[in-house]
Amino acid sequence: MKEKLLLLGDQAVALGALHAGLTGVYAYPGTPSTEITEYIQASELAAARGVHSRWCTNEKTAMEAALGVSYVGRRALVCMKHVGLNVAADAFVNSAMTGTNGGLVVLVADDPSMHSSQNEQDSRFYGKFAFVPILEPSSQQEAYDMMGYGFDLSEQCGLPVLMRITTRMAHSRAVVATGPVRDQNPMSFPADPANWVLLPVNARRRYNALLGQQADLEARSAASPYNKYTDGPRRRRGVVACGIGYNYLMENYPDGCDFPVLKLSQYPLPKELLRRMAAECDEILVLEDGQPFVEEQLAGVLPTRCRITGRLSGALPRAGELTPDNVKQALGLEVRTGFAPSEHVAPRPPALCQGCGHRDVYEALNRVLSGYTDYKVFSDIGCYTLGALPPFRAIHTCVDMGASVTMAKGAADAGLWPAVAVIGDSTFTHSGITGLLDAVNSNANITVVISDNLTTAMTGGQDSAGTGRLEAICLGVGVDPAHVRVVVPLARNMDEITAIIREEIDYRGVSVIIPRRECIQTLKRHAREARDQKKSNEA
Amino acid sequence: MKLDIILSGVGGQGILSIAAIIGEAALQEGLHIKQAEVHGMSQRGGDVQSNLRIASRPISSDLIARGTADVVLSLEPMEALRYLPYLSQTGWVVTNAAPFVNIPDYPEVGAVLADLQALPHVILLDVDRLARDGGVPRAANMVLLGAASPILGIEYTKIEDAVRRFFGRKGDEVVAMNIRALACGREAAEQVMAARR
Repeated sequence: MKEKLLLLGDQAVALGALHAGLTGVYAYPGTPSTEITEYIQASELAAARGVHSRWCTNEKTAMEAALGVSYVGRRALVCMKHVGLNVAADAFVNSAMTGTNGGLVVLVADDPSMHSSQNEQDSRFYGKFAFVPILEPSSQQEAYDMMGYGFDLSEQCGLPVLMRITTRMAHSRAVVATGPVRDQNPMSFPADPANWVLLPVNARRRYNALLGQQADLEARSAASPYNKYTDGPRRRRGVVACGIGYNYLMENYPDGCDFPVLKLSQYPLPKELLRRMAAECDEILVLEDGQPFVEEQLAGVLPTRCRITGRLSGALPRAGELTPDNVKQALGLEVRTGFAPSEHVAPRPPALCQGCGHRDVYEALNRVLSGYTDYKVFSDIGCYTLGALPPFRAIHTCVDMGASVTMAKGAADAGLWPAVAVIGDSTFTHSGITGLLDAVNSNANITVVISDNLTTAMTGGQDSAGTGRLEAICLGVGVDPAHVRVVVPLARNMDEITAIIREEIDYRGVSVIIPRRECIQTLKRHAREARDQKKSNEA
Repeated sequence: MKLDIILSGVGGQGILSIAAIIGEAALQEGLHIKQAEVHGMSQRGGDVQSNLRIASRPISSDLIARGTADVVLSLEPMEALRYLPYLSQTGWVVTNAAPFVNIPDYPEVGAVLADLQALPHVILLDVDRLARDGGVPRAANMVLLGAASPILGIEYTKIEDAVRRFFGRKGDEVVAMNIRALACGREAAEQVMAARR
């Protein structure tokens, strides 16, 4: 059934995976990757086929579950944002060591320019590090087509395939023509079960096999339908355009380029094509969104007389995403100026919603902590990170998922008091529980605030893994029941909340305070859904 | 044809609905579309924008280059000013004149509006008030879309059709309200353009 649909890049990935016979998608929400799993959760085809799509606790559990699907011969997709791959890295790198059985695609959405992230790490480095094929679509159509291609590639090579997209691909819509819908794989066990037991004796054998596969992977890149070398008569400068970098190039040459261009959407680097370009051109300009992954490698591949330009040479900015303008400049084309910026424009940073429970939590914390001198509040990743901005200025750190609890513990170990951690419910189950266990085991003098809004709010209100069980989790980890306190963060409860925070700061040991009130956004959504439901019942 | 539109506003105002409707109308015209959106952190009351590109030829870049946007379509006046460097010398600004003040250092409103009035091609309308007076207070974004309709180069009836399809599943009442809002915006814009001539 072929159709033409207007899809976000994320949705194109999701539909491509479903049409390629997906058995399960495994993910933790993270901008800009969230809409992939959401699309599958809402898909009728996925429901009819029983495709697994429930959110996972974190990216590592997602990666491992997907590897389990692959182990029994079926096709799995893992989705995450770039920093999520740090969490899943142990499982990811070792999935190349075990190899795969059913097709396994690891979709990682990078966020150059940090629209909604704490760094702009480039996931292609992880793919190279793990010795696996990497795909990088240049269009929503390619994102759709590459899912089937990627699963096939994974099954042909017996390796996971990393598919890397960036924010502008994930969150941009274009028309996608769909293809045939393939059946799901039947269950089958791996041909060589010893590969999956990574004892040193097996791991050494597997590592040599993986290294031995690299020439084949490179040959596949050179022959890939997604890598295209186009010759041109003007050979002073050739351009290597990776992923969506190709679009910013072609925007300036709608009728085609008159110089050599290598469109690059599959790795490892097809060195033979790059040597050809180096032999024909004096300079190679590399357009890549994210970090200089290709540019750095070229230095070791090409003869020194060929000049390589890109982010390292200064032809493009070292940080931040590619834009039509910085690419124009690198190509030596005229950049237009538009109108002069107005003086009457102020920054408008995001803020916690009016009526949000985190606001009451920070109001209470600020009231209590203003009575102390050397306190610090270690926080985490979520809406509540906005507590760092005015008017609250209530937190002092935001590093990675779960770091609030463990950094507070470390600081308390080193003598800080009061040491307070502020973490959301979803982030707590993602990566805070193990840290809390560490704190209990060393009876760290910390106060942990789990600000529970019953959802994963920042990414749009997805289910949170521990809803309804946070107290039980804290008690199970070993927190003293007398020091697991639940409050309702509302202005009218301010006296009670501040009194409890004071008591727990004064308690020398691990205390957990759980302010619990539903996210104002999901509350509105649930009310709307209930209203619509009532209407349709009446109709 | 080529039409590069920057849609802007404050998170939650509804610029993505406008983008979706223009996109829908363009699809029915058989045109090519690319539309880059902003999701995530910035949606929490911060500035938001979307790049919507429509053309009769295939489109490469998801983003609009500086100095090349044909229209800046904004639900908030200061947010319209933010994208002036992207506006082509021949481009139009169509914007709500009613400020959305959720920051302590919002510039003087008179100065913001004066900067907008000084542009060669501008349609500046208090869309919030028009929506209230027109009895469609919840459809300010459709009033703005209606105001932009004379310069979008897409037939008005095609935009109406797209509004009908977009709101169709919400029932006839909602569709009729949004069609009214659209007409209200178009009428107001035509008056402004006639007065400028």
